[in-house]
Amino acid sequence: MNEDIKTCPIIANHIKVALVGQPNVGKSMLINSVSNAHLHVGNFSGVTVDKTEVLFDYKEYHFTVVDLPGTYAFTDYTIEERVTRDYLCAENYDIIINVIDSTNLEKNLQLTAELFTMSKKMVIALNMNDEAQKEGIEVNAEYMSELLNIPCIKVSAAQKTGIEELINTVVTVHEKPKQEPKLIFSEAVEEETENIVSYLTKHKYQARNSYRNIAMNLLKENKRTYAKLHDEPIWTELQPILIESSKHIELHHDTDDIKEAFAEEYASFNRGIVAEVVKQKVVQKEVKTLTEKIDSILIHPIYGIPIFLFLMWGLFQLTFVLGAVPMDWINSFFGWLGDAVGATITNDDMHSLIVDGLISGVGAVVLFTPNIIILFVGIALLESTGYMSRVAFLLDGFFHKFGLHGQSFIPLVTGFGCSIPAYMSARILKNDRDRLLTLFIISFMSCGARLPVYVLFAGAFFSEAIAGNVLFIIYISGAMLGLIAAKVLKMTAFKGADEPFVMEMPKYRLPSVKLIWHTVLSKTLLYLKKAGTFIAGAAMLIWFLSNYPHNQELQKSYALKIEQAKTATQKTKLNDKLANINLENSYLGRVGKFSEPIFQPLGLDWKMAVALEAGIAAKEVVVSTLGVLYSLGDSVNETNNSLKEIIRKNIPFASAVAFIVVIMIYLPCFAASIVFTREAGGIKYFFYMFAFTSIAAYVMAFLAYHITLLLGY
Amino acid sequence: MKRLIDCNKGEKVKVLKLDANYDLKQRLISFGIMKNAQIQVLEQAPRKKTIEVKVGKMRIALRAEEAGLIEVETI
Ligand SMILES: Nc1nc2c(ncn2[C@@H]2O[C@H](COP(=O)(O)OP(=O)(O)OP(=O)(O)O)[C@@H](O)[C@H]2O)c(=O)[nH]1
Ligand SMILES: [Mg+2]
Repeated sequence: MNEDIKTCPIIANHIKVALVGQPNVGKSMLINSVSNAHLHVGNFSGVTVDKTEVLFDYKEYHFTVVDLPGTYAFTDYTIEERVTRDYLCAENYDIIINVIDSTNLEKNLQLTAELFTMSKKMVIALNMNDEAQKEGIEVNAEYMSELLNIPCIKVSAAQKTGIEELINTVVTVHEKPKQEPKLIFSEAVEEETENIVSYLTKHKYQARNSYRNIAMNLLKENKRTYAKLHDEPIWTELQPILIESSKHIELHHDTDDIKEAFAEEYASFNRGIVAEVVKQKVVQKEVKTLTEKIDSILIHPIYGIPIFLFLMWGLFQLTFVLGAVPMDWINSFFGWLGDAVGATITNDDMHSLIVDGLISGVGAVVLFTPNIIILFVGIALLESTGYMSRVAFLLDGFFHKFGLHGQSFIPLVTGFGCSIPAYMSARILKNDRDRLLTLFIISFMSCGARLPVYVLFAGAFFSEAIAGNVLFIIYISGAMLGLIAAKVLKMTAFKGADEPFVMEMPKYRLPSVKLIWHTVLSKTLLYLKKAGTFIAGAAMLIWFLSNYPHNQELQKSYALKIEQAKTATQKTKLNDKLANINLENSYLGRVGKFSEPIFQPLGLDWKMAVALEAGIAAKEVVVSTLGVLYSLGDSVNETNNSLKEIIRKNIPFASAVAFIVVIMIYLPCFAASIVFTREAGGIKYFFYMFAFTSIAAYVMAFLAYHITLLLGY
Repeated sequence: MKRLIDCNKGEKVKVLKLDANYDLKQRLISFGIMKNAQIQVLEQAPRKKTIEVKVGKMRIALRAEEAGLIEVETI
C-alpha cells in the first residue's frame, strides 16, 4: 500500500526502522550510539514507556528510528507493551531491528519468533557483545543468520562496536525483497500448517501475508487473523479443519492450552538454535555469578532494608554537606551581581524590578543547583546500577501491606526527581487500579523542585550538622504519608484483588561515567533553563504584583514623616513600615490577605500563603516568591542578609513546619497535573486529586502546626 | 504436591505445571517459567514474602502467592 508513495524523490531514501526487543536489552542505548540522541537509559525493565522517534542521516539515507518500549511477548500485559504491539501492527515502517541480549539468547529469541509473524523485513542486533565476551559466551552470528534466514549482527551499544555494519545491513535488507524467516516446528505443527496452507492454496485465497504465516496465526488463535477470515466464504470449511488441527497439537503437547503448546514449540526451537550457535567456554559449574554474590548482601533478608535506608540517608547527608560549599559561592555571586547591576540603574522602579524581582527570584532558585545535582546523581546511580529492581524486591512485602505493588517503587523513585516522568513510568504497572493508585501517591514523593524549599528551611532552623538528617526525615515522612494515603485509597476508592508480582532482576552493571554525566547534565541544564526563563518571568510577575498599585497619598505622608524623624533608627522603622504597608496593599498583598483566613489556622501568614499559591505554577516558584516578597519587605536593612536568615527571623518554627508539610503533600505543579490527568485518563481524576491532596495537606499541616506548638516550639 | 514456594534457598527444581490464570501464565511463560523448565531458588525475603529465582540465565522476583501456583519436583 505504501509502495506507490515511495516514488517521491524526497523520501525515496527514507528508511523507517522500528526497534523492538525485550526490556533492558539496550534498545535506547543503541539509538543513542547511532545518532546524537540522548534517550533515557537505565538498568531495569520499563525505562522506555512511550515511543520516541529519532532522525539521523547516514550516507545517502534518511533514517527514522523508532524506540519502542521493551516487551517480553505480545500479550498486551501492560500499557507500554500495548504501545509496542499497536505500533508494530498498525503503523507504517520499513524494517524491524530486533535487539537481543547476546548473554541471554534463549529467552530473547522467544520474542523474535513472535516477530516473524509481523511479516516485515528484519535484522537482528546481537547487543551486549562486550558482556558476552567477558562472560565467555561466543555466538556464531553467521551461522545464526543462516539458520534463521535473517541477518544477525554482533554489536555493542556501550562500546559502539558493530554499529556501522548494522546500519549497512539494514540498508542492504531494505533494498532487497523480503526474505521468509526460517522457523521450524515440531512435526505435529508442521503437518497441520501444511494442511491449512494447502487448503488456502486450493481456494486461491487472496492475501498480502504468506499462507504459512496465516496458518501459523490461525493455529495460535490470533484474534486479528480470526476476525479477518471469519467474514470470508472459506471460513465454513476452514473452521472444522482448524478445530481438528488444534486438537492434534494440544494432544501432542499434553495440554489444553494452545498458547502454552506454542510457547513450548518456540522454546524448543530456540533451544535448538542456541545449542547450534552459542559456545560457552567451560566455566566451573556451581560458581556464583558476581550478581548473585552482590544480591546475597543487598537483598539479604535482614540487612537488605537497613542498607537501603543507610544509602538514602547518606545521599541526603551529601546533599546538604557537599551542596553547602558551592551554595556559598552562588549566594555571594548573586549578591555581588545585584549590587553591581543595581549600581548602574538609576530609575528606582527599574532598580527594584531587576534587583529585588529578577535577580533575587532567579538567584533563589539557582542557589539550589548543587543540591539538585547531587540528588540527580543519586537517582541516576539507582537507575543505572540495577539496584532499583532490588529495592522493588525488598519493599514489595512492605508495600503490599499498604496496597501498593512492589513495582510501584520505580515510578515512586522517579518521582523524587520529577513527577512528570514518574506519571509516565507508572505505565509499567499492569493493573489499572494499581496504576491509578500509584499515580495518586506519586505527588507525595517530593520532587526535585521541592528540594530547595526543604534545604532552605532545614538550613534556616537547624545547625548544619543535623540539617541533613532533617532533610532525610522530611523525605521519609513524605513517603510514609504517601503509603498511608495509599492504604486509605486502597480501602476506599481502589478496592480490589492484588496483582501478581513477577519482575526481572537485571544483572548489576557498572554505569559509565559518561552516561551518568549526560543524564545529570541534561537534567541540570533543564533546571537552569527553567530558572532563566519560566522562573525569571514568574519572579518579575510576582515583583510587579507586589509593587503595584502605588498609593501616592501614603507615599507622600510617609515621606513627610520620614523627613521629620529625628533619629536614624526611627527613620529605618518608618521605612520598614512603609514598605510593609505598600506590600500589603499591592495586588499580591490583597490576594494574600484575601486567602489569609484559610491559611491562618495553619499558622501561615499571607506571604507564605502567596508562595504556596504561586507554587502551583511550578514548585521552584515557591522559593523565588519568598525571595522576592521578603527582600521587598526588608528593603531597608538589606545588610547582605541571606534569605535563610530572613526566614529564621520572620517565620515562627511551628509555621515553618506547617509550611513544609503543605509543600510535601499539596497539588503537584501545573505541568505535572496535566500529565497526571492524561495518564489517569480523564479530567475527573484531576479534580479527585485536587480534592484529595488539598484536604490531606490541610489536615496534616493543621495537625503539624498545633502539635509543634504544643511541644513548646 | 510440591510448589515453588515450599523450596528452600539454593534448591533446584523442575516445573511440572502452572496453575495460574491466563494472563499470569502468559507472563510466566514469557519469562521462561514453563513446563519442564529448571528453576533455582536464589534468595528469600523475610518470611518468604518474595523470592528470587533463577531460570536459565535470568533472575526473576516472584511474590509468595505466585510462587504458590507453580507445581515443581526436585531434581
Ligand atoms: N555492557 C553493555 N551494557 C549495555 C549495552 N547496551 C545497553 N547496556 C546497558 O543495558 C541497560 C539497558 O539499556 P537501555 O538502553 O535502557 O535498554 P532498553 O532496551 O531501552 O530498555 P527498556 O526501555 O526498559 O525496554 C543499561 O544499563 C545500559 O547501560 C552494551 O552493549 N553493553
Ligand atoms: Mg529504552
